[in-house]
Amino acid sequence: MALFYGFLLIFLLLNLLAGLWRIMRGPTGADRMLAAQLFGTTTVAMLVVMAQLQEQASLRNVALVIALLAAVTAVAFVRRAWPEKETSADAD
Amino acid sequence: MLTDYLALLLLIVGGFFFFAGTVGLLRFPDVYTRLHALTKADNLGLGFIMAGLAIQSGSWLVAGKLLVIWLLVMLAGASVAHLIARRALQRDITPWQR
Amino acid sequence: MATLMSVLFDGLLGLGLVWFAWQALSSDNLFRAIVLFVAFGLMLALVWVRLAAPDIALAEAAIGAGVTGALLLAAMARLNVVIHEQATGNNETSSPPRRRPASGLVALLAAGLFIALAYTLYHLPLDTPGLRQAVSEQLANSGVSHPVTAVLLNFRGYDTLLELLVLLLALLGVWSLGQCHSQAEAATGAVLDVLSRLLAPVLVLVASYLLWLGASAPGGAFQAGAVLAAGGILLLLSGWRLPARFTRWPLRLLLAVGPLLFLCLALISLLLEGRLLRYPLAQAGGWILLIEATATLSIGAILVALFMGGNPEPGQPDE
Repeated sequence: MALFYGFLLIFLLLNLLAGLWRIMRGPTGADRMLAAQLFGTTTVAMLVVMAQLQEQASLRNVALVIALLAAVTAVAFVRRAWPEKETSADAD
Repeated sequence: MLTDYLALLLLIVGGFFFFAGTVGLLRFPDVYTRLHALTKADNLGLGFIMAGLAIQSGSWLVAGKLLVIWLLVMLAGASVAHLIARRALQRDITPWQR
Repeated sequence: MATLMSVLFDGLLGLGLVWFAWQALSSDNLFRAIVLFVAFGLMLALVWVRLAAPDIALAEAAIGAGVTGALLLAAMARLNVVIHEQATGNNETSSPPRRRPASGLVALLAAGLFIALAYTLYHLPLDTPGLRQAVSEQLANSGVSHPVTAVLLNFRGYDTLLELLVLLLALLGVWSLGQCHSQAEAATGAVLDVLSRLLAPVLVLVASYLLWLGASAPGGAFQAGAVLAAGGILLLLSGWRLPARFTRWPLRLLLAVGPLLFLCLALISLLLEGRLLRYPLAQAGGWILLIEATATLSIGAILVALFMGGNPEPGQPDE
């Protein structure tokens, strides 16, 4: 089972690294932001698997914190960096 | 033993949905469809992985905590997807047409 | 996990970390750099986990990937408003053109530093116990059962006190720049209203949980304070504003209560035990909890005030 966890972790990490392409490409700011959201969810999955694999309950708390704070960062993006009227100077 | 196989199956399905989310993020044609892919990874991918791990952990407390994390990720993911999509519409980003 | 798998995973993680950092630093698009920085923070949290440091991973997740991301986005929005207002005709957020000669010298220095670090790392002894022995011997006297909290709040309490004061100083620096420009917020839709009303109490609850947990497991004041700050930031983003009558003394009291209480207890310990920050053995646990609770409140308030970006008191002279 531990071997399978290892495979799953590497698989999720590769997924995460692949998402970098979307951050680089865009084209809109929202595309970059939602790639970051996917990173957050993938990190939550990896942490929860690691919590089981390494038998460290505290990693689930880290996952909980990431889940919550990713939401706050996304709300900060929508409300601050991406206003309704498109000015020439905001997030893409 | 049976629970091991069940957990294995659930984890594999969860991994598949994460892969689907990433493929969607990279290959879909516009913001709205990519948001759709993202929330599938959030809901189904994470859900199946949590289910598999909850079975493996053998503790109700741990399963409860995993459930809470999953619910929060779904709540946050769905709300953020709505907010981003609505703001994208307000900024006149046209949805992709065939 | 088999050794090959861990090497593969750690290797990928390390390469990914360096790659994200390089992309973030060399990006011309400021927003892209911020998003890459947030992603970098997430990878770094994983690295801390792999280095068997869950406390730092928790702090990195809360502060590095979360609160700093929101802070940077708000700062960028404010920066863009300023650039737009000045409207010199150049309102791109691209970095200035790189000067050729300096970059060659910098590359040389960086390479030299890299070689020096690699050499030192190679010659470090592989298996040192560090301070683990000394800490575990004194853990029973510290008042908590988690060694990291014991070190942070008891054995090296002085450092933590100074960290709190540094945070306060940072806030003073931001406040010295002028009043916060609370721009007219766009109307919030129903979804944001409900989300903030659901998540803010959850964040307060998780902060209290982390604070309480700090005595026996990874957690503590800084992590709890950052999560509390996230709750405050969420409320600010949803249109809540600090009522005017709270912007003077109540706010300042909240900001200062953590460091002030810590200082008071340090002085009391000086009177009682003859040494600064030597807690009386019987009350050490209670004192640590008190210090951490007030520090959580202060850290949360300081981070939210940093997000506000200026002195919220009306009628202050503008920059």
